[in-house]
Amino acid sequence: MATTVHEPPKIEPRRSPNEGSGNGGWRNVVPADGDARKVADYSPPPASTGIWVVLAAITMSFAAFTSALIVRQASALDWRHFSLPSVLYWNTLVILASSVTLEISRRQVATYMGGLRSQAARPARWLYVTLFLGLLFVAGQTFAWMQLRSHGFNLATNISFAFFYVLTVAHALHVLGGLGGLARVIRKLKYSTLRRSTLDATSRYWHFVGVLWLYLLLLLWMKL
Amino acid sequence: MHDVSPHVVHHGAPTGFIRKHVFSIDHKVIGKQYYALALVAVVVGMVLSWLMRIHLAWTNFAIPGLHFLSSNGAPGNVMTPEYYLQLMTMHGTIMVFFVLTTAPFAAFGNFFLPIQVGAEDMPFPHFNMMSFWVTFVAFLVLVSSFFVGDGPTLGGWTQYAPLSAVGSVAGPGQGMGVVLWAASIGIFCIGQLLGSLNFITTTLDMRTKGMSLMRLPLSAWAWFITSIMGLTAFAVLMPACILLILDHVAGTSFFVPSNLVINDQLQPHTGGSTLLWQHLFWFFGHPEVYIAIIPGLGIVSHVLITNMRRPMLSHRVLIYSFGALAVLSYMVYGHHMFVSGMNPFSSLAFSFPTLVITIPSTIIVLIWLGSLYGSKLRINTASLFALGFVSMFISGGVSGFFLAQPSIDIMLHATYFVVGHFHLVMAVAAIFGIFSGTYFWFPKMAGRMMNETLGKLHFWLTFVGTYCIFMPFHYLGIAGNVRRYQAFVDDYLQPLIPVHKFITVAAVLTGLAQFIFIYNLIYSRFKGAPAPDNPWEATSLEWITATPPPHDNFGGKLPVVYHDPYQYGIEGSSGDYVMQNSPEQIKTAYDEK
Repeated sequence: MATTVHEPPKIEPRRSPNEGSGNGGWRNVVPADGDARKVADYSPPPASTGIWVVLAAITMSFAAFTSALIVRQASALDWRHFSLPSVLYWNTLVILASSVTLEISRRQVATYMGGLRSQAARPARWLYVTLFLGLLFVAGQTFAWMQLRSHGFNLATNISFAFFYVLTVAHALHVLGGLGGLARVIRKLKYSTLRRSTLDATSRYWHFVGVLWLYLLLLLWMKL
Repeated sequence: MHDVSPHVVHHGAPTGFIRKHVFSIDHKVIGKQYYALALVAVVVGMVLSWLMRIHLAWTNFAIPGLHFLSSNGAPGNVMTPEYYLQLMTMHGTIMVFFVLTTAPFAAFGNFFLPIQVGAEDMPFPHFNMMSFWVTFVAFLVLVSSFFVGDGPTLGGWTQYAPLSAVGSVAGPGQGMGVVLWAASIGIFCIGQLLGSLNFITTTLDMRTKGMSLMRLPLSAWAWFITSIMGLTAFAVLMPACILLILDHVAGTSFFVPSNLVINDQLQPHTGGSTLLWQHLFWFFGHPEVYIAIIPGLGIVSHVLITNMRRPMLSHRVLIYSFGALAVLSYMVYGHHMFVSGMNPFSSLAFSFPTLVITIPSTIIVLIWLGSLYGSKLRINTASLFALGFVSMFISGGVSGFFLAQPSIDIMLHATYFVVGHFHLVMAVAAIFGIFSGTYFWFPKMAGRMMNETLGKLHFWLTFVGTYCIFMPFHYLGIAGNVRRYQAFVDDYLQPLIPVHKFITVAAVLTGLAQFIFIYNLIYSRFKGAPAPDNPWEATSLEWITATPPPHDNFGGKLPVVYHDPYQYGIEGSSGDYVMQNSPEQIKTAYDEK
């Protein structure tokens, strides 16, 4: 049998800022002093992988809730149908709009990181709009809960209401987590150094909770 | 040695006591904290098993001081039937969650995964710190149920609904006890999700130069696969716990059916599904079994290879088999529900993958045995416990073939046969993996060697004792001895009581032998012989760094990896092995054949 000699791997030289790398992996830091061309040399951080891991876990949890809903609905004839509060549909528009504003902001940050803008104010402005829309969404959800409660519908009224509350509250808690992430992005953009990957991870999460809401709305609309 | 600068600088070394030893973000300290938590939990769980065993063998024996634990549960120091079940539940919950999940996965994984991949820490160290402290809080919440109301829940570690969802009408501890149990497990899930996030990203993103996935040691692969399972399984258990708590505190009816009468009281719930909890629980519960055992498979493979001085017959096939176990473990959970009233066709559907899962298990065992055959195994405590693991895994696994078939399982399901099966294949095997890992890695973790004489004594007493405890369980089960009974007063069970007495004596003696280990651990920590950097002449990256490793693991420089993880049996400059970061070109013994 032939003798195999294991070749040692070649060591890549450290990447320098002058070498373009397609997605600009290393060119994604906005320094606090506003000079976009001063960039740190580092490998793509694990936030970009980590966010997919987080989204996978959340997907599993909502899949569990969904299967519980389907099994529970089929287990007895006590399922009570009701119309969803109309504010939820307005809320859907709000959370979709927030994804759009976040995307506008993300693109502006990308332009800014490319050195084409000298101010961080405009992307930050759109981030504030996103934050406001997110808060508006949570407020709208709270209004929907209060509306149902004022009609005497609470968790114990019927299992369909229980699922409504459980799913929407669990989703709203994830939205609040996203708002925390957005606040962190704004703080870093304004006062310290924002990594592109941090912004990307936060926006992926935000878009995900938007899509998750669309899914939940469809599920609740079909089942309740 | 060629080195490169660290890719990401996370944090400097902490200075104050609190940041260094309590709220530390250093993965090594967190690993040790998990280990300490598991050690405390295993002592609690073991003492509970002693109390249960003594009660089973000598039912009216007054255990001195027991009434201090619960005056209602043990009036006159003799435990009530309900209290027996409460202790059984806590034994199972503590052992499964806080020992078998915590020690082999969270403790060793935290300490060694970043070092084995060549990283200076995990990517999200603050989440990592939270993961431990959240788990610690979960443990406190669980243990607190001993001292609240009428004690801990008696529903078993599986907490089957509807009896777990109706409140204290179902027995002592079924009210507040269940709420605390579900809260504890829900909190535990958060800790494991945070841990899994770190494990997955460490493996995928933090590997040093040259460390391809196939160059990861088997232990690192096992932790990686386990973390993916942890992520998906605990994410399902947490919603289940939330729904269970809501049935208690919010008056919902997720799990409690209509017209349910318990203790002559009609329950106010309507329409709940009695099987829903079982589906949600076992979708987590069966992968959990593999979450407990796969790290052991990895650790034992790692230890055996080092002591055999040659790699396994196939590194890749072992990794693929670990992966196959993980994937299949999600398809077999229904085999826990063969007697639940589930559709018999579902039983068939779950039986088939249950038999299929024995294939990767058998491949793993055959690779171990084939690799061991003819090797000059270095006998030390770590390799002895690794062999013990192989033995337990086979002995416990063989009974799985029987239980996988619904027609046989229906008869054996509620008997001690199942208790013997899962204790051997999952619980004790995983514990042997923990011991093997401890004796193997203690020098790196503590900077001192453990006492080998005491270690070997500990091994033989534990090995023989374990078989004395759990082999008779199979005999009892075949004889029809039902499980979860607190006393055996039926005629046909009377002749089996001497067997129970034998098991109890064996359990107490084997348990006492564990104090040899604890003594060895504490004594060696302070008085053991100083450990060299690479006492076992091993090849993976944890052995290239100082003992104990510095705060950033490799002293400011990350290693570059040139070789597969197990280059043994090689004529190299440093003996019969070549370390992963050695740049020398090598010819392996296999190449020359």
